Amino acid sequence: MSVSRRQLLMGAVASAPLFALTACGSGGGRDGAGGGGGGLSAWALTGGPEKVFRSTFARWNKDNPDHKFKVQYFANDAYKQKIRTSVGSGNGPTLIYSWAGGTLKDYVASKDVVDITDKIPTLTKRALPAVLDVGKVDGKVYAVPINNSQPVLFYYNKKLFKQAGVEVPKTFGDLLAAVKTFKSKGILPIALAGQSQWPELMWIEYLVDRMGGPEPFKKAFEQKKGAWSDPAFKKAFGKLKELIDAGAFGDKFGSVVADNNADAALVYTDKAAMLLQGSWVYTTFTNDAAKWFKAGNLGWFDFPSIEGGTGDKSNVYGNPSNYFSVSSKASKEDQDRAAKFLDKYNLSDSACQELIDMGLVPAVQNIEGKLAASKDKDFLQYTYDQTKNAKSFQLSWDQALSDKQAQTILTKLSAFFLGKASADDFISAMNGTIK
Amino acid sequence: MSSDGTAAAAADRPTSSGAEVLLRKKEPLPDADPSGPGSPRRSISASSPKASRKGPSLWMLAPAVAFFAAFGLVPLLGTVVLSFCDWNGLGSPTFSGLDNWTSVLKDGSTYHALWLTVLMCVGTFVVQFPISLLLGVFMAGQQRYRAVMSVLYFLPLLFSAAAIGIAFKNLLDPNFGVSNALHLGLLQQDWLGSPTLAFWVIIAVVSWCFIPFHSLLYQAGARQIPKSLYEAAQLDGAGRVRCFFSITLPQLKYTMVTSTTLMIVGALTAFDLIYVMTNGGPGDATRILPVDMYLDGFKSNQMGVASVVAVILIGLALSFALLLNKLSGSDRMESQMEGM
Repeated sequence: MSVSRRQLLMGAVASAPLFALTACGSGGGRDGAGGGGGGLSAWALTGGPEKVFRSTFARWNKDNPDHKFKVQYFANDAYKQKIRTSVGSGNGPTLIYSWAGGTLKDYVASKDVVDITDKIPTLTKRALPAVLDVGKVDGKVYAVPINNSQPVLFYYNKKLFKQAGVEVPKTFGDLLAAVKTFKSKGILPIALAGQSQWPELMWIEYLVDRMGGPEPFKKAFEQKKGAWSDPAFKKAFGKLKELIDAGAFGDKFGSVVADNNADAALVYTDKAAMLLQGSWVYTTFTNDAAKWFKAGNLGWFDFPSIEGGTGDKSNVYGNPSNYFSVSSKASKEDQDRAAKFLDKYNLSDSACQELIDMGLVPAVQNIEGKLAASKDKDFLQYTYDQTKNAKSFQLSWDQALSDKQAQTILTKLSAFFLGKASADDFISAMNGTIK
Repeated sequence: MSSDGTAAAAADRPTSSGAEVLLRKKEPLPDADPSGPGSPRRSISASSPKASRKGPSLWMLAPAVAFFAAFGLVPLLGTVVLSFCDWNGLGSPTFSGLDNWTSVLKDGSTYHALWLTVLMCVGTFVVQFPISLLLGVFMAGQQRYRAVMSVLYFLPLLFSAAAIGIAFKNLLDPNFGVSNALHLGLLQQDWLGSPTLAFWVIIAVVSWCFIPFHSLLYQAGARQIPKSLYEAAQLDGAGRVRCFFSITLPQLKYTMVTSTTLMIVGALTAFDLIYVMTNGGPGDATRILPVDMYLDGFKSNQMGVASVVAVILIGLALSFALLLNKLSGSDRMESQMEGM
């Protein structure tokens, strides 16, 4: 077969984009906001305290015009998927945003983040010790808190409580009685975002804690063989079943999505009486239902204790904070600059004030005065005390454990809520994930 | 698939380079084309004694082959290799032998996902095939009102899957959705939240999305049928129904093969709509294989396990496509126009 020059030329022209593409593939990530070679970069999440991140980074960039941070903001789910691939391929940002827990352990194990224990003296003194501890692996600091504590608590609709003549439940028995009262009046007792799955986790976390304290989960977290067979788990599932069977969550929770705050919407549209959610939902009530909120319809309380349970009522579940780690792929100088940023600019006085103004409680000490001056002081002081006085502030299970275990928990728990799996199914599946 | 014409022509050559073997596999695609371009070309090239000298040079294939190798074959091989490794997305993969395969094949949830995938294929086919065939034949008429209807039927094809998923998710919301706005008790079901309903809702939405596309194929196919066939039948006294079953249906044979292949393969790889609407839930009620693969890989960060599922999926899709071609006999590819 003869190949004319023209044919060869056409082939070359047609395949040129391919080489261009492959060239992009190997080199592209480096000059973008990714960390690899050049300059400081950070990725954070949109929404919530995004505004505070923006102003904090702006302050750094103003003081350090030669070493500016390039910051990109992502939506929650998009970020979680992108960050792992980026860090895994060495193209992550200098500052890696996380929830600490299982993911941080993975990063440390594959040496993607550096030990900054000695580089953050100021922050070590300021941050709440319990919150700081979550960013430690083997006693060394690999991640530091960067925003607000997010304990999980009960919200309730005061108007509906008054109409039904129900008092704030102090014990599980009270809660069950309240559920039955609301149900008989045709009101959804508790809003639950079942489609998102993770809100279901809050229920079993608290029930296990009130039943047997933080120890049963601690054993599971340490991957002790058969840890999930602790009687506290089985008993907690029994209590959960009582609630489900009493119609506490109605029969349509499977369609409710937390990402668009449909669960909170059920409460402020007077369709549901209670909601167990993170402190971040508070701003949804104040923003999306301003009129309803100003009428004094929103109340909140701790998760009730269980009769016969050993868990302390002050124990809290939730996200102690979000965290920044410093990438090991950044140059030594950039690592030091990033650490300096975390120590001096992160959670500075002005940043904390901005968080408080937004109705969020920064994870630092001695801010009672500032909180008392806030327009949201009732709620802020409540969550601050909740965080500060907690005998145990446990990171939610899906963040604390490995991703594989988290997925098994969420899938099995969702099936349990739908009546498609038993407590024993859950327990044996979870024991099966421990090798 | 701009290379299909070239592929069909190249496949006639007596030489057997690697590129050609590759392209032979893709033969079903040109064959399945409703207008059947392979057949006339084949007869032309066979009638010409210099066939192997004429036609475009094999070099013309180079870009397509290079692309296919770089973005099709290499990742495919990578997936196979990865299915024997343990990797969480960080660090480097470590070889783990058959661990992933045994854990996936022992896991009951894999078979559940497989069963749902088969149900998905059958369900979407049973819904889509008759509706799109009838719609397509209807739209093939030349009256103006049919053109207007065609435009309306075509609309779902213009929306992105993510947008459709989000829209349906909100419309079907039992608390704030359309049923609540209209106060229709019957519509107030937990459409996407009930493990028994969600799967069928997904099939309905997927069908809603893709019926316009398949109707379009049938419309094109039906317009290709020569008028003279119908005229002759009418002279013999055949009615509309008889014409449909004796002329339209047999003449649409190759269109059906194309459309069915696309439907089955589409159902095997359905992901976006399900991911947006239910994320595989409630529980695992809509966790078909592609969703299972994604959740294993990118949520549980077990790339090895996800690769096993991916390899199973590739095997399934390839054997379905081959089987369909063998059964329909379209690999022999006779012309339907003989004597016309």
